[in-house]
Amino acid sequence: MNKILANTGSKKINSVMDVLKRFFDSDLFYSYRQSTVTIVASILTLLIFICSIGAPLIAPQNPFDMGSLDLMDSHIPPTWDEEGDARFLLGTDDQGRDLFSAILYGSRISLLVGFSSVIFALILGVGLGLISGYMGGTLDAVIMRVAEVQISFPAILIALLVDGVLRTMIPDADTEHLAISVLIFSIGISGWVQYARTVRSSTMVEKNKEYVQAARVIGIRPVLIMLRHILPNVMGPVLVIGTIHLAVAIVTEATLSFLGVGVPATQPSLGTLIRIGNDFLFSGEWWITIFPAIALAVLVLSVNLLGDWLRDALNPKLR
Amino acid sequence: MLAFIIRRLLQSMIVMFFVAMVAFLMFNYVGDPVHQMVGIDTSHADREKLRVSLGLNDPVPIQFLRFMGNAAKFEFGISYQHKRSVTGLFKERLPATLELSFVAAFLSLAIGLPMGVYAGVKPDGWLSKIFLSFSLVGVSLPTFLIGILLIFIFAVILGWLPSYGRGEVIILGGWWSTGLLTPSGLKALIMPAITLGLFQLTLIMRLVRSEMLEVLRTDYIKFARARGLSNRAVYFGHALKNTLVPVITITGLQIGSIIAFAIITETVFQWPGMGLLFLQAIHNVDIPIMAAYLMLVAFFFVVINLIVDILYYVVDPRLRVDLGKANGS
Amino acid sequence: MTKPLLSVDNLRIEFNTRRGTLVAVNDISFKINAGEIFGVIGESGAGKSLTGQAIIGLLEPPGKIGAGQIKLNDRRIDNLPYDQMRKIRGKEIGMIFQDPLTSLNPLYTIGRQLVETIQTHTEMTVTQAREHAVDLLEEVGIPAAGKRIDHYPYQFSGGMRQRVVIALALCVNPKLIIADEPTTALDVSIQAQIIALLKKLCNDHGTAVILITHDMGVIAETADRVAVMYAGRLVEIGQVRQVVKKAAHPYAKGLMSAIPSLSQRSRKLTQIDGTMPRLSDIPKGCAFHPRCPECMDMCKENQPGLFNIGPSQVACWRYHDIKL
Repeated sequence: MNKILANTGSKKINSVMDVLKRFFDSDLFYSYRQSTVTIVASILTLLIFICSIGAPLIAPQNPFDMGSLDLMDSHIPPTWDEEGDARFLLGTDDQGRDLFSAILYGSRISLLVGFSSVIFALILGVGLGLISGYMGGTLDAVIMRVAEVQISFPAILIALLVDGVLRTMIPDADTEHLAISVLIFSIGISGWVQYARTVRSSTMVEKNKEYVQAARVIGIRPVLIMLRHILPNVMGPVLVIGTIHLAVAIVTEATLSFLGVGVPATQPSLGTLIRIGNDFLFSGEWWITIFPAIALAVLVLSVNLLGDWLRDALNPKLR
Repeated sequence: MLAFIIRRLLQSMIVMFFVAMVAFLMFNYVGDPVHQMVGIDTSHADREKLRVSLGLNDPVPIQFLRFMGNAAKFEFGISYQHKRSVTGLFKERLPATLELSFVAAFLSLAIGLPMGVYAGVKPDGWLSKIFLSFSLVGVSLPTFLIGILLIFIFAVILGWLPSYGRGEVIILGGWWSTGLLTPSGLKALIMPAITLGLFQLTLIMRLVRSEMLEVLRTDYIKFARARGLSNRAVYFGHALKNTLVPVITITGLQIGSIIAFAIITETVFQWPGMGLLFLQAIHNVDIPIMAAYLMLVAFFFVVINLIVDILYYVVDPRLRVDLGKANGS
Repeated sequence: MTKPLLSVDNLRIEFNTRRGTLVAVNDISFKINAGEIFGVIGESGAGKSLTGQAIIGLLEPPGKIGAGQIKLNDRRIDNLPYDQMRKIRGKEIGMIFQDPLTSLNPLYTIGRQLVETIQTHTEMTVTQAREHAVDLLEEVGIPAAGKRIDHYPYQFSGGMRQRVVIALALCVNPKLIIADEPTTALDVSIQAQIIALLKKLCNDHGTAVILITHDMGVIAETADRVAVMYAGRLVEIGQVRQVVKKAAHPYAKGLMSAIPSLSQRSRKLTQIDGTMPRLSDIPKGCAFHPRCPECMDMCKENQPGLFNIGPSQVACWRYHDIKL
């Protein structure tokens, strides 16, 4: 008995090793290793992820805790400036917030909103795409017509509009704590079309293949066919779109926050920080806006580079 | 040709219909229009009078028809915030946005197209690699960030260019204000136009590059080379024209989105255009302005799409004949 | 002996990949005389098309000529700078591709494409070039050529398009045409017409043809000599009649017995078992040995060179036993 267990155990290890070996031997990993830029981008992305997740541990100060802020500390330039203060590596803003901590917490919110809206858009888009492609008929026509109308407008405009309308419909008292959910919804709803279109066309191809026909013949329910048989076959392109969409979602969030209709100033994201700092650009306090700007730029650029690489690596023809 | 354009027109009308519906729903159901228009001390009877005079008690389909009729004349009532006719406000703001958008679109095409061709023809050249890295930055960085960086460098540090506004404008034909004819107006236009155009520029460049690479792999390009045609004839005579169809599509869409992206640029540079007006309307729940903006932008998009379709027809002979056959039979 | 028009000596075509260098064409040599039709036959991947592309100087990277020489009229052309080679293409060596549907630029009239080619290589004016183009179109059998010249490629059928392609390849009278599977993409009924046309035109103009195909029937009907390729190497070169009637190399024999014949109605068509190896794992020794019915021990170790056997050249260790 033990022997058998050990055997299956080692078999499992072997198969894991196998998968790993195949991964390290794969074209995907090869193209990753070949591209220095991609390696740097993935390290930076990982670093930002870790820093933002671990913000409470890393950050010297909690910028959300109004109690710990001291107005006496406001407008302090970065440490290397003559008037800098060793406590505040990147200086402070007008409320005496440590910018380094604010950036850590800010990228946390940027990533949170980014990821959540991508997941929302992905689920919505993939779901509608599957239904549209598998069912066809009127439902398909309606979904695709809506998609067509929506795609003729830039996503940011849709997000801005949905966000604007939703905000007016929410009672003032709730605006603050619902702001992030509203934002996620708006950005998500502005991005579903691409997923839906891709999944729909792959679904239409897949559903005529024999294995799906066979599954139908033996009477498996459509929902199960879609989820178990078709979905795994259309996930490749969806992941690529998702990665690129993450960068777009982060940018959209930052833009909306910059325009003042995104996350509230009490829980600043990178975009909010840049908006706040923008007012001080002319008084020479450049660091308040430039540091969050650099953080945002690095984050978006890294994610974009990863998405680009993934797209090229998975589909060399698309280059 | 005619049938083709009519079909396109019909599609455009469907889009406009959808948008009008959204605008109408916003107009009627987001907040209470009467509540927005009157002060707190207005009596109930007065409110009801206003309600009737606005036709808010009519059946919804009739209200919608009336809305469509007004929209066709670009009548969207009175702005809640500015207490002025929306039409007048837009007339005032339109030239600023259109001038900015056109200059940005022109820049992005005039620079993006040659860069893309070059990067497609010489994919391994060092200049192509620089273009490509630059384009990645352009595609990745949010518009507002580019604007802020430009302001920081050229207005704050160097002090060369103004950081906000349109400079001096001249009024043409009674209502069109242009900044293109004064030195300060032109100077004020530089940074906003670059900010607005950069994203589209890089997008066009990347698209032309990848289309070029694609086309250069086709059989007819191989055959053109095998016939001994010069590089110039191969690249510009044969390859570029074949890349134009997708390039026209995307460029058309991009020019449309320039008008929408102007919202961000106008906010960064305090450019007195429609975008800024729209953003303020969102902040203040000024529904008539929001509805009007939506309809106007949709209209621009539809017109641009039509132009794109007609350009297809000019570029691709296959389309012409398919349509000719469709007409003939 | 007359001087050959084209000679290919020890040509080797390589691809550098991340798993090392793949040799797609290995050490092949042949000569083509003026006016002759030279067939090159083999399975897909045998290196026929690459050889053709190498001759006209259009190998696509990462493919490159690793060794050997190509000479046209005693002038080396494999190492010419791009612009000099460009002047040879079309003017001295023409090329016809497999798919007439995609060989023509869809956005230009065929007249424009013809005039452009003629003007690239001659001093003709547009009017002269156009007249010449109409003549050519008539010669390749396009009815109402004067009117059709202003039509776009999509307005022609596949067969007609291939005629246009032939006109384009012939328009400044090159001495050599490389026809890479010129009929594969066409309907069977049209294939014969196109081949007949090609043969007649080349006869009239004194043009030599390298006819690349995997269809032994086409070669048997058209070519003067034939080269059989297998896994990047030449395995047999000889007169077509000789090779069709009595092939010497076991692979060539296999190919020939796969031609249906009218005279031997009852005979079953035979096939060669197995498939051609991939470039990345070409076996040691003779590349054909795993599939060869006459394999010997030495075949597994050593690559045979081309041996002269009667009028043919054969790369097989059994050359002692072969009687032609």
